[in-house]
Amino acid sequence: METLILLLVTGLGLGALYFLIASGLSLIYGLMGVLNFAHGSFLTFGGFAGMEIARRIGAETWPQFILAIIVGGAAGALFASLTELLLIRPLYLRHIEQALITVGLSLASVALMEGIWGADPIYVSGPAILSEVTEIAGARIPNDRFLLIFGAVAILVGMLAFLRYTRFGLIIRAGVENRSMVTALGIDVRTAFTLVFAIGGLAAGIGGVLASQYFGYVSPHIGGTLLIFAFIVTIIGGLGSLVGAAIAAAIVGVLQQLANFYLGGTGDLIVVILLAAVLLLRPTGLLGKRAH
Amino acid sequence: MERILSFIKRPSTLVSIGLIAVMALLPVLNISIPGILPGPTWSPGSLQLLALAMLIGSMALSYHLLLGVAGLLSFGHALYLAMGSYGLGILLRETNLQLLPAMVIVFAIALLAAFLLGFVSLQVTGIAFAMVTLAFAQAGSVLIRRNSQFTNGEEGLPLNIANVPDFLVGVFNTRNLYWVALIVMVLCFLAAAWVERSRAGHVVAAIRENELRVRVLGIKPLQPKLIAVTAAGVMAAVVGMVYLVLQSGTSPENISADLTLTILVIIVLGGVGSRWGAMIGGMVYVLLEQRLTAFARSPEIKELPEFLAIPLSEPLFILGTIFILVVLFLPGGFAGLGRRIVSGRKAKLKELS
Repeated sequence: METLILLLVTGLGLGALYFLIASGLSLIYGLMGVLNFAHGSFLTFGGFAGMEIARRIGAETWPQFILAIIVGGAAGALFASLTELLLIRPLYLRHIEQALITVGLSLASVALMEGIWGADPIYVSGPAILSEVTEIAGARIPNDRFLLIFGAVAILVGMLAFLRYTRFGLIIRAGVENRSMVTALGIDVRTAFTLVFAIGGLAAGIGGVLASQYFGYVSPHIGGTLLIFAFIVTIIGGLGSLVGAAIAAAIVGVLQQLANFYLGGTGDLIVVILLAAVLLLRPTGLLGKRAH
Repeated sequence: MERILSFIKRPSTLVSIGLIAVMALLPVLNISIPGILPGPTWSPGSLQLLALAMLIGSMALSYHLLLGVAGLLSFGHALYLAMGSYGLGILLRETNLQLLPAMVIVFAIALLAAFLLGFVSLQVTGIAFAMVTLAFAQAGSVLIRRNSQFTNGEEGLPLNIANVPDFLVGVFNTRNLYWVALIVMVLCFLAAAWVERSRAGHVVAAIRENELRVRVLGIKPLQPKLIAVTAAGVMAAVVGMVYLVLQSGTSPENISADLTLTILVIIVLGGVGSRWGAMIGGMVYVLLEQRLTAFARSPEIKELPEFLAIPLSEPLFILGTIFILVVLFLPGGFAGLGRRIVSGRKAKLKELS
């Protein structure tokens, strides 16, 4: 029982990380049809930015740590907005070229970060409470899992509120539904494009700081590893659906942990089998509306 | 007969045959190209490098069928290379099969796997297809890393030479492997051309341009796409088998997403849709990669101010940046650039006359 609870919470924590990447991927794909291969780099860059803050002013107290999170998120958002403005916009509507250019960007940016910070992991620490454990029904659960889950839920609620109650959110939702119609009504969707990239980059950057707490280190390659599972989460959840991505992230994270423990380390394989099953039975994903 | 004769008499065919003859003769010639080849063309080191270049060229040709012909962006093509190399490696290690029968079995397995995986992944199109293929390759990578009693895990699987014919083993026989690689590349080129010019090839090209229109004509897109995907997978598996013998082993790096990305970079740099661009791009890439690494480590780079030295000492940064620039400013890749220069000259000649 204790093990099961520990696995469930850890799985949800991992799912939270997947969601922080997948939410941006899903929104960007839903609105613009762009597969963003550089999204892992946004996360890594956010993680490094947070690490630099922690190294300069420390991250032992909560205000310092929250500052690290804000800076990490801002770094991710800045990187993402620049990517949209400089690389994606010139190739407007040419989806394969756009995907290719993000491939080039991910190669170059990972190599650049390797050049700046080195290829080896850099160990980071946060507030002391994160490395302690909380007991729930006898299971001793590391506190950073709760931080991850809390962070992902906060981002999900924030994003949903933004989409629901602001004018830009309205344009984004309408654009995901039917982009040509929105353009035909004379609304400039290009601002919305930059905005979704910024939001996605923000979530990924925050994810970077949180991921470095979960793994205990930052390295130039953490983004790439998480990105592959975020892709799977995005497809299972349905492209363009935030809530779908959240549900799929929780399922994938928990399933992976359970299979790794009870079925002899087959977690990654189970996830891919789940993906194949979803594709065959419901190609649009859990909450996706239309196939692209 | 007449068709064959006219095919042979075409200048492009004659040039190709001439090129193949020159390539075939390299191991018995003594030409040194300092800066590109490590030694004279007859030396095993040079032949090994050239053979590897030809295998990557063949790999690029197989990917050309996916992206160039069918317009399918796959991020998991390395899976089939690994299937060929690991499949053959495991069969040669665990069973008493001779090289050829083992290759036939792996060929059949790869054919079946490419067909089944292609069937599942083609349920989605476009960008989702890219993500699904990536996920399958990832699963393959996990399988290889986890089952180390068969695959030797991270250390890589060495080739068991007990049942490999003698003329393919040892440094002195590198030239034989070179010729095998040359044959594989020529066969891959012909196979790619054949698929491209077949009925299925024409239909997938039409689907690439406008899928809706093809559907309206009453043609189901799945079958021709599946043919292209299966052919590409099998070609990659064949390349993988020869790779295993040439490199005396294989490693998990050969199934990583990085390898697929490398092939993708080659195709885009060479020019999407160009067979020659893919093949030559693959060969040039292998030769260039060595130079790029040497360039990145050279003392001149180290002496530059830090903000220049850090990016320039990362080969992947240089490659990624070139890639971005080509996608932005040179849509047809280098093949397209060549074509534009040639057609521009022709137009000028016309103007003059």
